[in-house]
Amino acid sequence: MKYYDKLIFDLSKAGRQGYSLPVNRWERSVSELPAGLLRSDVPALPEVSELDVVRHYTNLSQMNFGVDSGFYPLGSCTMKYNPKINEEIAAMPAFAGLHPLQPASTVQGALRLYKDLAHALSEITGMAQFTLDPFAGAHGELTGLMVIRQYHMSRGDLKRTRIIVPDSAHGTNPASAAVCGLEIVQVKSNAAGLVDVEDLKPLLDDTIAGIMMTNPNTLGLFEKEIKEIAALVHECGGLLYYDGANMNPLMGVVRPGDMGFDVLHLNLHKTFSTPHGGGGPGAGPVGVAAHLASHLPVPKVMEAEDGTLYIADGSCRCESAPEGAGAFGPACGCKPECTCGCQSCGQISGFMGNFGVLLRAYTYILMLGKQNIKMVGPLAVLGANYIKESLKDCFKLPIPTVCKHEFVFDGLLDQSTGVTTLDIAKRLLDYGFHAPTIYFPLLFHQAIMIEPTETESKETLDGFIEIMRHIAAEAISDPESLKTAPHTTPVRRLDETTAARQPVLRYRDM
Amino acid sequence: MAKTVEGLYYSESHEWVKVEGNVAIVGITDFAQHAMGDLSYVDMPEVDDELEKGEEFGAVESVKAASDLYSPVTGTVVEINEELEDAPELLNQDAFANWIMKVEMSDPSELETLMDAAAYEAMCANE
Repeated sequence: MKYYDKLIFDLSKAGRQGYSLPVNRWERSVSELPAGLLRSDVPALPEVSELDVVRHYTNLSQMNFGVDSGFYPLGSCTMKYNPKINEEIAAMPAFAGLHPLQPASTVQGALRLYKDLAHALSEITGMAQFTLDPFAGAHGELTGLMVIRQYHMSRGDLKRTRIIVPDSAHGTNPASAAVCGLEIVQVKSNAAGLVDVEDLKPLLDDTIAGIMMTNPNTLGLFEKEIKEIAALVHECGGLLYYDGANMNPLMGVVRPGDMGFDVLHLNLHKTFSTPHGGGGPGAGPVGVAAHLASHLPVPKVMEAEDGTLYIADGSCRCESAPEGAGAFGPACGCKPECTCGCQSCGQISGFMGNFGVLLRAYTYILMLGKQNIKMVGPLAVLGANYIKESLKDCFKLPIPTVCKHEFVFDGLLDQSTGVTTLDIAKRLLDYGFHAPTIYFPLLFHQAIMIEPTETESKETLDGFIEIMRHIAAEAISDPESLKTAPHTTPVRRLDETTAARQPVLRYRDM
Repeated sequence: MAKTVEGLYYSESHEWVKVEGNVAIVGITDFAQHAMGDLSYVDMPEVDDELEKGEEFGAVESVKAASDLYSPVTGTVVEINEELEDAPELLNQDAFANWIMKVEMSDPSELETLMDAAAYEAMCANE
């Protein structure tokens, strides 16, 4: 271990500091605060010099792996390259210096951009209106489900408390539905990996609020019977929710709105090249069909007759609104389709989303333009099929049809060696590739889910294929090297079970 | 092939049932613990919970995945295996020796809808 790889607390030396505060020129002092508000101990912060901090974090950052350092075929995550011009635009002082509480009259340009991005996303997806407020994909799911719930409630249809989720869905789908207070009903996949229409039919009745679908689904397969599914669900009075996690292969080619979906969310950090923030800022805009537009959350950007943009906060703006009716809902007496904001499903974020992320997505769309945006999907699909076909004689391919942007292997073709998917994933790290998604979807016991995205060259794909074939050969010639992998990373194979059973969460507990 | 135990009842969602009088002792099968991998947590019901057959009564979590548990019978929970709270690995060590809950059955005829060991093994062979 290198010296500066130590924890920052281990580099600490009492009294060392990397700052100098000005002398307190004010007469007041913290000691005037009531004793009950003062902490009794000095906070246990590391005491280090500026150089210690720089070296420690520079070394840490070099242990990291990102799209900028190598191929990252993480299935279902669309780890495409994030063009640097996105960063340049987002860093422009005119944008970066905005404050969310500035009066609307001083941010007309930013509000116009917000509306333009929403319009571009409407064009791409075939939805009537968008909110850009949600901070992440799962936040978008919750928002979309709240819109669906609000729609049913506004019609007095209170029985619709159940939502159908396929067994291949992302785990966030049932989780978001549960948070929204809906009961989850599972529908099975058939042998071809698609939603089983015959299994779906008996589930449809007047208690169904809707169905959540991902298309192409988690196996990278296009749900070919989507029109029939849409008709069946609509017939029973339910709505269709589209999880946009897998929008990348369809962008500019097929529109969820045309397939019959009523609500969708997009992951800007997947399809629209904004950073996967390692838990940092994301964005999950939600689009809806025209009949649901009035239920989108607030705050939302509205345009006055003279072209001025303003922010609707949910309180009724209609002339008929009674004095003091307040925000949200039926108190003002408006109809469910009133668009002033009063029929909104509520407020799901403090301000209007992660504006810096929205800027990056807007830049991406404009840089590609209408023609090039149509190239994204086909290239992503070509790359995925190229890898799939090049490796299917070494890895078990449970569903051998043409895939979209990603596909799933079920471990090695020769499983007699005892080498598992986890071993393969760990061994890939030794060769400088990020591991694919593993053990998801749950339909297969040794799932390896590979998504190359459209931004990789054929040479990179060939390099990955060669290493995967090499690992398949190693599984037979030297299985031990796989079972003990990785060997070249800053930390070796972790004991994930003990970490889960007895987690050590604080430095002091180590 | 994962092992089974003769004389128990088995559900499609991989629970086993051992009958003692009117009480159903419920656990997960060896096939299930093997598919899950090293378990890190067992979410259990509370005593006196009323369960319908097929209703979710808890979950098992491993590093790989989380999986819901479904009650194979209708009845009232009379006891849970508190040992599993601190030692979920017991299910990995011996899935049949370590039960999860005991249910006072309200309709023992439901047992007829469950599988015997041979039928369960045949089902697992197709998974």
